[in-house]
Amino acid sequence: MSAINAPEPGAADFVPGAPPPATVYADMWRGITRENPVLVQFLGMCPTMAVTNLLANGVAMGLATTFVLVGSGLFVSIFRKYIAHEVRITSYILIIATFVTLADLILAATFPDISKALGPFIPLIVANCLLLGRAESFAAKTGPARAVADGLGMGLGFTFSLSMLSALREILGRGSLFGHDIFGPHFEPWVFMMMPPGGFLALGIALLTLAFIQGRLKARRARLAAGAA
Amino acid sequence: MSNLSWIFISTMLVNNFTLVMFLGLCSFFGVTGKIETAWRLGLANTFVLLITALSAWGLNTYVLGRAPYLRTIAFIVVIASTVQIVEMAVKKYLPVLFRQLGIYLPLITTNCAILGLALFQTARNYNLAEGIVFAFGAGFGLTIALSLMASIRERMELADVPSVAKRMGLVLVIASCLSMAFMGFAGMGSAQ
Repeated sequence: MSAINAPEPGAADFVPGAPPPATVYADMWRGITRENPVLVQFLGMCPTMAVTNLLANGVAMGLATTFVLVGSGLFVSIFRKYIAHEVRITSYILIIATFVTLADLILAATFPDISKALGPFIPLIVANCLLLGRAESFAAKTGPARAVADGLGMGLGFTFSLSMLSALREILGRGSLFGHDIFGPHFEPWVFMMMPPGGFLALGIALLTLAFIQGRLKARRARLAAGAA
Repeated sequence: MSNLSWIFISTMLVNNFTLVMFLGLCSFFGVTGKIETAWRLGLANTFVLLITALSAWGLNTYVLGRAPYLRTIAFIVVIASTVQIVEMAVKKYLPVLFRQLGIYLPLITTNCAILGLALFQTARNYNLAEGIVFAFGAGFGLTIALSLMASIRERMELADVPSVAKRMGLVLVIASCLSMAFMGFAGMGSAQ
């Protein structure tokens, strides 16, 4: 396997002391947790906020992006030795655009109403910095297996964040989930959450909560360490 | 004529590209640390948006009628290469402008606002004049949003915020307030 000779971008991330899991799984987990594209790396912001007003839209966008990430990761990795350095960005963009077109056509053929709701935001996946970022920083440096695992992990992490955000916005802004009413007729919807400012606010709240929890965990760990010493 | 001015106002304020349509957020959060760079980036964006509008119109009129499934690929490749050519031309003939725009010119290519402009222009069937006005409106809207955000963040440098909000969290809440302010223009209706 060429992956053995290639530099391993993920290798430095392992927590010392923890049992090292098989690399492919590690590549996947990284994307979902410690290097989550939305919550940690802050990439791919446009779709994150533009389509997360309904859970169905968020999930569809996440899965479409996962498909493109896996496909482009695989092809960039396969062709990495043949693509000249000077034209690499253009080549990656071409590969990505091909898979985005595929996703666009498949979605339009299978789920026409979701495709209509997402509109130009499906072709806009091309301009999602996450895709070019993964192609350039990971897929172009490793073998196909790890590139696919990384794409899958990043895609699932992206889907997870989008689902959480859109669930929050749909519950608060409409009192429903996947279009099913969950609070009954007495619920007064917080329409603000469905509108553009609600998108910024929902992600802002998510990030603040995350920072708060991280701060608490760090303080607790410091306390435990102090107690042990 | 009133149609054109309507497109301009609506794109710049009512449907502001960044704060209401969520396009170009990477630069909105990434490069709004200083007001100087923010408005320069905004103007560079306007310039590229204008080129994009022209090339998208050309593609739509002469090429894509026969092959609509090539839309995404054609747009991104043509836009990227046009920006490259313009960059070289500006470097050769207008070196002062080139130095002012700096690294932003090539970076703009992967900005979602650029491809977004081409796609929305196609979806709304704008003709050449409407497309150019649309590009100007979008560009000025971006410049306004970037400058506002940068000036707020410059002030925030001096403020004493809780440690939880030191990173992006607070910036997003500010963006939410800005976006809410822009929702006030929605009373003017929307030009769909």
